[in-house]
Amino acid sequence: MKKAIGNIFVGIMYFILYLPLLIMVFFSFNSGRSTSVFKGFSFKWYAELFTNSSDIGIPVRNTLILATLSAVIATVIGTAAAVYIYYVKNKAWKNTLNTVTNIPMMNPDIVTGVSLMLLFVFVGRLMGALNSLNFFTLLIAHITFNIPYVILNVLPKLNQTDPHLSEAAQDLGSTPTQAFFRVVLPSIMSGVTSGLMMAFTLSLDDFVISYYTTGTDFQTLPLYVFNMVKKPVKPNIYALYSIIFLLVLAVLLFTNISGMKENRKDKK
Amino acid sequence: MKNRSFLQRIIGAPYVLWAAIFIVVPLLIVAYYAFTDPAGAFTLDNIRNLTDYGTIFRESIVYSVVATLIALVLAYPFAYVMSRKREKTQQIMMVLVMLPMWMSLLILTYSWMGILERNGIINSLLAKIGVAPLNLIGTPAAVIFGMVYNYIPYMILPIYSVMSKIDPSVLEAAEDLGSGSASKLYRVILPLSMPGVVSGITMVFVPSVSTFYISQKLGDGKILLVGDVIERQIQAQNNYNAGAALSLVLMVLIVLSLALMKLFAGEGDDNLYV
Repeated sequence: MKKAIGNIFVGIMYFILYLPLLIMVFFSFNSGRSTSVFKGFSFKWYAELFTNSSDIGIPVRNTLILATLSAVIATVIGTAAAVYIYYVKNKAWKNTLNTVTNIPMMNPDIVTGVSLMLLFVFVGRLMGALNSLNFFTLLIAHITFNIPYVILNVLPKLNQTDPHLSEAAQDLGSTPTQAFFRVVLPSIMSGVTSGLMMAFTLSLDDFVISYYTTGTDFQTLPLYVFNMVKKPVKPNIYALYSIIFLLVLAVLLFTNISGMKENRKDKK
Repeated sequence: MKNRSFLQRIIGAPYVLWAAIFIVVPLLIVAYYAFTDPAGAFTLDNIRNLTDYGTIFRESIVYSVVATLIALVLAYPFAYVMSRKREKTQQIMMVLVMLPMWMSLLILTYSWMGILERNGIINSLLAKIGVAPLNLIGTPAAVIFGMVYNYIPYMILPIYSVMSKIDPSVLEAAEDLGSGSASKLYRVILPLSMPGVVSGITMVFVPSVSTFYISQKLGDGKILLVGDVIERQIQAQNNYNAGAALSLVLMVLIVLSLALMKLFAGEGDDNLYV
């Protein structure tokens, strides 16, 4: 009985959680222009996505460029930073580094966005620029909020590694740099990849920080969606997000199934 | 060894520089703007003018506290049921909770607008059975609902993650010592899951209290929160000084409530993530 109540509760929660997604997928097949009145079934919004006339093409391309660049740069800086933090001996300095790293994760996005924007505007004014926001300020902002998540993913892996491994490698004649690339890096690689993935998806999804730090000439997909306030949402954006939904579902299922297999291997 | 310490220093340099310039300095710049006028002269006017926003601050806090509590009340039993399932089912359930987090919150909020609008899906269903249309959007309930909906996964996941790590033998021990299921819940599971609850609360409260698009979209512009006011000052009015003062106070407010949470939870853990 108790179990049944629990299952019904969980079922209702999942229904509400997925209701807007179901509505989104449903109306992406609408032959009309509305996202709340269904006229008839059609693939036309999907077809429109893949034509040149689509107005979504540029924001999608921008979003991918930004997410790739910011994730890669943040992963390089963040992994190096995690290794550095791991080896820091001075307690006070280590605490300071950890606290500063936590700031972008604890601060609300709007504060992170506004603070970075004010920095860019301040520096821009010092240099006499009228418009100081552009693609590069947006990229800097994304790298900034991505780095802490990379560190968060890499640091626990470093804590799990055997510190003697790198020393052993050096005793066997490798230089510290070789020891790092041949011994330490491979053992933290899973943390580095998950950090990279996390940074990439955070960057793809970010709206608030981008909203404050981008210029007028570079629009990402979330910004494009936000700017559709005035005119009602067209089903083409639903079609795009339905495809994204499927992709995310596939990636999540794939990584979890492979993760489950790994777990099982570990147990054996 | 000398060699290694040199490498260590070099490897951290980019991040130390980056964090100084793009994490620490921006916060100082916020303070600078908050205490100066557009000409750059020192003033307390921006801070003094914040009294105009007293109601908005109060409402933002009330809305997000209510949303956080509702999320907690829903997420806790959800995580509990989840943690009792078979391992494979748990994995699938977790993926299903995470999936909406990977979708754009904006698009989900738009979808809710389409459902709740005056000529939206719910009202057109109601019309079919002859019920007059309801004003669902533009109400406090809609905004709170939006907050709960958007951020509840951030409540479920940390609670679940702590609960699933509770050693089953601890529960068995409680049973052996005569605990019924109620006392097992209150005296064993609840205390052990507190770290998850604490990080869940912060992860829902912080984005809720600072949101602006949920209140804009589901509040239909009728409900103003701190985030909306910051957004207006910065984006519409280009009043960076007022926007900075508001951001500064929002930041202080959040730091205070996090400190309060820690005091309650009696924990010194710096990490938000369990």
